[in-house]
Amino acid sequence: MHELAIAESVVDQITTRTGTSRVQGVRLEIGRLSGVSADSLRFCFELATAGTGLDGARLQIEEPDGRGECATCGTVFDVPDLVRLCPCGSADVRILAGEELRILSVEVSR
Amino acid sequence: MCATCGCSVSAVSAVSAGHSHDHPHGSPHAHDHREGTRTLTLEQRVLAKNDALAERNRGWLAARGVRAVNVMSSPGSGKTTLLERTVSALAGRLPVAVVEGDQETSADADRIARAGAPVVQINTGSGCHLDAAMFESALRSLDPHEGIVIVENVGNLVCPALFDLGEGGRVVIMSVTEGADKPLKYPHMFRTADLVVLNKLDLLPYVEFDVEGFERDVALVNPGARTVQLSATRGDGIEAWYDWLDRPGG
Repeated sequence: MHELAIAESVVDQITTRTGTSRVQGVRLEIGRLSGVSADSLRFCFELATAGTGLDGARLQIEEPDGRGECATCGTVFDVPDLVRLCPCGSADVRILAGEELRILSVEVSR
Repeated sequence: MCATCGCSVSAVSAVSAGHSHDHPHGSPHAHDHREGTRTLTLEQRVLAKNDALAERNRGWLAARGVRAVNVMSSPGSGKTTLLERTVSALAGRLPVAVVEGDQETSADADRIARAGAPVVQINTGSGCHLDAAMFESALRSLDPHEGIVIVENVGNLVCPALFDLGEGGRVVIMSVTEGADKPLKYPHMFRTADLVVLNKLDLLPYVEFDVEGFERDVALVNPGARTVQLSATRGDGIEAWYDWLDRPGG
């Protein structure tokens, strides 16, 4: 359950920026190839925020789909999982999207 | 959450002072949000703090000419047995220090200490992986000045993959008794490996394990990974592992 550590890291980084302000909302970007389950993270977020300035903050998670570019033939294609195989057969694929694991923004009380 | 009626306003991404919104909810009343919020753009990687610490560990190790290797696997794949044998075999050839990660007990550290290497045990409690801060404290305690630090991560094929410790090389150990389907089932772990060790080769005659299929699947998930096959208990094929430790990437 590394999502709890991920959620704690989110809380830690946000409170470093927001100090004692009340955080009302958090927007995250968790790509579908990132290795983090958005559903588990939602569950852990509640645990990790309890008793902090983020307690009760609503969590919005954007989940970019995997996209890759083949280094052999140049095709850009959907990458639904970590087997990065181009339709041309090449496994030499650069991931363009889907690995994001970022805090986009927070909403804090004025 | 809306302070007036308690409804969730997940459809509203940024709320500014004094506006009203028209989100659908069961409440018959219309109301304004007077609480007022401002949006702070962060655009930060979630693991930025861990990754910064890992970079610091990497610099600290490089300044001392010490290399670190992060060994990951499921429980029971033979990590500790391989490290015991490695510590004994490399004595006089390459100074080895070990960091042991487990949820509880110092059983593995005791085995490594008996094999003759400096060792630090980290107990993560409920934690399922080591992180860069834990590795930093282990490094300060080991205080290595040469050779190699081998980290035996918490036995788990999922969580340790995400956490950079500051290592110079990553190893995944798999044993033939676990089944050949693991690279496709746990792709994150195999994707970040520099070396994949297939252990318990001595048991191959007794189990159904498609070695070729396994190597093909490793290559699908991670075309750049090298694989070695060995038996940590009997020693078959183990020189390739020692050579890799002595010259990773070679």
